[in-house]
Order: sequence, then C-alpha cells, then structure tokens
Amino acid sequence: MYAQMIRTASTGVKPREEMTPEERRFQDRIDAGEKIEPKDWMPDDYRATLIRQIGQHAHSEVVGQLPEGNWITRAPTLERKAILLAKVQDEAGHGLYLYSAAETLGVSRDELIELLHEGRMKYSSIFNYPTLNWADIGAVGWLVDGAAIVNQVALQRTSYGPYSRAMIRICKEESFHARQGYSIMMAMAFGTPEQKRMAQDAVDRLWYPALMMFGPPDKDSVHTAQSMAWKIKVATNDELRQKFVNQTIPQMEYLGLKCPDPDLKWNEEKQGYDFTEPDWDEFFDVIKGNGPCNVDRMNDRVKAWEKGAWVRDALLAHARKKAAPAAAE
Amino acid sequence: MTREEALFQFLLRLGDNTLVLGQRVSEWCGHAPVLEEDIALANTALDLIGQTQLWLNLAGEVEGKGRDADKLAFLRDVWDFRNLLLVELPNGDFGRTMMRQFLFDAWQSVLLGRLMNSAEPRVAEIAEKAGKEVAYHVERSSGTVVGLGDGTEESHARMQAALDYLWPYVGEMFAPDEVDEEMARAGIAPDPAGLREEYDALVGRVLDEATLRVPEGRFFHRGGKNGARHTEHLGHMLTQMQWLQRAYPGASW
Amino acid sequence: MKDEWPLWEVFIRGQHGMSHRHVGSLHAPDAETAIRNARDVYTRRNEGVSIWVVQAAHIAASSPGEKGPLFEPSNSKVYRHPTFFDIPEDAGAM
Repeated sequence: MYAQMIRTASTGVKPREEMTPEERRFQDRIDAGEKIEPKDWMPDDYRATLIRQIGQHAHSEVVGQLPEGNWITRAPTLERKAILLAKVQDEAGHGLYLYSAAETLGVSRDELIELLHEGRMKYSSIFNYPTLNWADIGAVGWLVDGAAIVNQVALQRTSYGPYSRAMIRICKEESFHARQGYSIMMAMAFGTPEQKRMAQDAVDRLWYPALMMFGPPDKDSVHTAQSMAWKIKVATNDELRQKFVNQTIPQMEYLGLKCPDPDLKWNEEKQGYDFTEPDWDEFFDVIKGNGPCNVDRMNDRVKAWEKGAWVRDALLAHARKKAAPAAAE
Repeated sequence: MTREEALFQFLLRLGDNTLVLGQRVSEWCGHAPVLEEDIALANTALDLIGQTQLWLNLAGEVEGKGRDADKLAFLRDVWDFRNLLLVELPNGDFGRTMMRQFLFDAWQSVLLGRLMNSAEPRVAEIAEKAGKEVAYHVERSSGTVVGLGDGTEESHARMQAALDYLWPYVGEMFAPDEVDEEMARAGIAPDPAGLREEYDALVGRVLDEATLRVPEGRFFHRGGKNGARHTEHLGHMLTQMQWLQRAYPGASW
Repeated sequence: MKDEWPLWEVFIRGQHGMSHRHVGSLHAPDAETAIRNARDVYTRRNEGVSIWVVQAAHIAASSPGEKGPLFEPSNSKVYRHPTFFDIPEDAGAM
C-alpha cells in the first residue's frame, strides 16, 4: 500500500476558471475517462505526484520482500517453501513493473532507488513490522495483500495509462497471494493448539497495521482532493478501509480467530462494521522511521544495493566490450 | 548392498543436491544486485525445489517405509544427507554464488542428459522434465560467469577467487563408489567418471570466454555424497530449514 | 545516470498464434541478457512462446499532438469495413 501519505506538490484543487487552456483540456480528458499517456502534456504537479506515488508503491513491493523473505529458509514444507518463494518473487516483479511505469515519467529506476536509500522517499508502513512466527506469513498474505488488493483493484482505473496497466497486471498476479495466505491460516487455525496460538498472535499484531495501510483518515488527508480530481486516486482512504474490514471479518470468523478490536460490531444501518481506528500516533511514528523494523529494512536494502554495485558495473562493462568491436566494423 | 538400496541412495543424492542448493539460492531472496537477478534466482530456486520433490518422493517410494519428500527433507540429520559438499558451502558474494551455480548446472546438465536414457523409467521421466529446466539454468549461469569474469578488474578478481575456492569441490562429482557401480551395472545411471570429459569441455569453454583460469591440481574434498564427512555448514542450514518440523512434531502445515 | 543498465521494451508472443504484444519493460546490460531477463520476469506464468526485446531508446513513436491528423481521417472511410455492404442472403456466404 501504496497510496498512503502521498502529498501533491500543490495544495487543493485549482478552480476551473484559474486553469490555463492546457490545464482545462487536460482536466476534460480526465473527466471523460481518457487515459493520459507518457508523451501527452500534463501539469507538473500531476507528474510529480505520480512519480511519488508510483515510486513509493514500487519501493513498497521491493522492501515488502524482506518480512516474508525472512521465512523462506524456515518454511515448514517443500510446497510451502515453493509457494512463498514464488509469492515473494512476484513482489519483486511488481516492483519492477512499477519502476518501469515511473520511468515513463522521466525518472530512472536508479534515481528512485537512491531517493529511497537517502530517506527522501517512503514505502508502506506495514513492512516495518516484523514477521515473528510462521502464521505471520499467512496473515501477511491474507490481511496485508488483502488490503493491498482492495487498494490496487481501485487503482486499475487510475488516469495514468502505464500505472493503470501495471495495476491490471499486478492484480491478475496478486489474486493468488491472499489465497495462499488464507490457506496457511486455515492450516494453523484448525491445527494443533500451538499452531492456533501462532495464528491468533499473528492477527493480534497485524490487524491494526493492516488498517493503517489505507493511510490516515480522510478528515486529516488534505491532499486527497487533487489526487481524486486527477483520478490518481479513485477512492478515499476511509472508503477503502471500510471495504476491507467488511470483507475480512467474516473470513476471520470462519477461522475461529478473534479480532483484537473489542468494539467491532456490525452496523445494520450502514451495512458495514463499526470498528476502532488504528493508533494514528503509532502510524506517524512508523512513517517517521520509528517502527520496529525501519532501520533494519533500510540497512538490508542499502547493503544489498551497495554489495551489488560491482556486479552491475561488471555486466555493463562486459556488454560494452562486446559491443565495441561490432560498432567499429 | 541390494539394487534397491543402491537406488535409494542414488535418488537421495539427486534430491539432496537440489534441496540443499535450492535452499542456498533461496537465501538470496530480496538481496540480489538488481531486481531482474532477484527474480531469476528465485526461478532457479523454484526449479530446484520442484526437482527435489520429484527425486525425494521417488526415493521414499523406493525405500518403502512411508517417507515422502517432506519427511526426508525435514527429518533427517546431517549424516543421512547425500549431497555434494559443493552445494552446502555458504553463498559468499554474488560472484561465488553464480560460479557454484554454473559448476553445478554444467554437471547436472551432462548427468541429466544421460539419465534420460535410464533403464529405470521413473528416473528417465524426471530427468526429462528437469533436463529442460537445467538447460536454461546453465545458459543463464554461464552467461553471468562470462560477464563477470570478463567485466571489470574487480569482478575478474572476485570470479577467479570464487573459482579457486570452489574448484576443489568439483572432483567429488566424478568419484565413483559402490552405489554408482551398482547403478551403472543396472543401466540406471552412468559411471560418474565417464561424465568428466564432456563436463571439462563445457566448463573449459565458458571459463575461457570468462578469461578465468582453472586451478591446477586434481585434489578434491569428498564426504558429501556418501555422508561420511559433510562440512560444518550443513548442520547450520538444517537447523534453520528443519526448525518448525522439529519444534512442533506431527503438525500439518 | 550514465552507468545505469539500459531500459528494454519486451514483446511476447502467446500460445495461440497471435502477434508479439508489448508486455512491459526491464533493465539489462545487453540484448542476450535482456531476453533471459524477459523470460524470467514476463513468462513466469507460462505466458509466451517467443520473446522480442528492443532497447527503449530505439523506439520511434508518433506524437500525441498529431493524433487528430493521423487517425481521424480514417473515421470517414466506412466503406473499408465489410459491414458497409449489404449482400442478399440468397447470394450465399461471403
């Protein structure tokens, strides 16, 4: 997740009468549901907001490999190991698709990676929480990917063509992620008492962080309006959060697990659950770098990048050597 | 040793090689030099895990004591593992990982080519499927070894160091023992020594292009494929890999 | 960034005799590696039987500003479409 905490460069939506003719034409195309393509004219703020949002989304996929990768070497069966590896590999692929989409806006992947490593770009807060027992792997697939899918399904309709196409591909691939997570949860929740304890422990720790994935409440999210007008975002944080809770609680009940929210209850009138908001102070702490794993996650990524430098340089040097004689002919 | 016992041991060797190497390669997940390599390494690891399931399930079937691939993978101790020492060595840097992958892929591709004609149809069938995967592995790892060997001064030095470190573990691939002799007599598998020529030709061609020099000397470490003396590293790997199964016996996952 | 691996566009032909279709991009130091990377990234779910790669910098594209002159004139050539013509049923399949 991804569209969390995105700030547009300007504040608020520009009234139509203040728009330049170009801006007006651009807004008309968006309103008519047309996709914006890389070479089309676009306002600078639209471009900047997209680079941030897509870049942040890409970083989240890449950093998101780490908490799940934490369990690949300890997966309890060969089949679970293979499934988890394939799943984490998909996250790398999704990062790759998203960086490619960002690159159509005139920023390179290496530039984006450097911005991340310098702390000038963010990734989703959820990946700063640890995976402590095997059921966490189930809960991450079920809750975290479940939440991501709610958001990403909406983003398939986003106005920027390359982003929308990346989302369509990602959603198609991602549909197995939540299911594999739930399949682990079923094995755990219906397993031995120790397994059931792991399952409940995972839900207790990951429920609120999963709710945070949709970003702060709409009333505190001042930049949503412009992103909505540009159809970079297509639903508000609170709408998506509600949708996620509504679809997840019956799944939790099926597993016989308890939601850690004591005040959660069905509201017949709104046809949805009333639930307790996550602790937003904790959320902002994590965003600022004080989550349980922020430092480790970033160190891991920076170390991998720096240790890989000689490999990237060498393969490029070899390619140039090979190309040189051909070019000289 | 009966033919069935020898076949069981032989299948453990095939399955443990892919199991241990698959586990090692999967350690890279999320830490490769570039996203494309991360994805490629995961594909290799996935192929190896899949081959492990085939070989070890067949091993369990031949043994006839009700052990499947998971029981064999997660509930044996070090002395019962039959993999080459080469594959249990720690990953080292990316260069060493790719050099080991290449040295193994080259051997596996030659071996599987022969096993496709095995007198044991179940072996031939697995070799047929795995052979396609391994043909790609060797293409990929040899490309990377060439690129890194013939890249920069630093990469060349790292790749030569990797080769020097790993080469003394190559010889074990070709050293026959009574299991191999029994397999050869039965027409199930080739005499390992007979693979050397084809292997040396393939490896020599790639290392040449990579501007790397094969170390002199024919000394090699042994003790993996018969389980007589593994390295210290395998125990640590199993501690991690088998932990859940050991800590919570009898659970289904 | 001069030392970044070049960007490649990837085209995959699926199982059913269709044309190669653009599926996305990736980075690679050279064409051979780009094909291998494309295999590993874009055919994980058995999507293809053939891969093309081309360095992104080598693609020439039409300009969005010319969309009108380029594409609108064909709107009026309705007679290019078979449904323009009414053929009596008695004439048989055509």
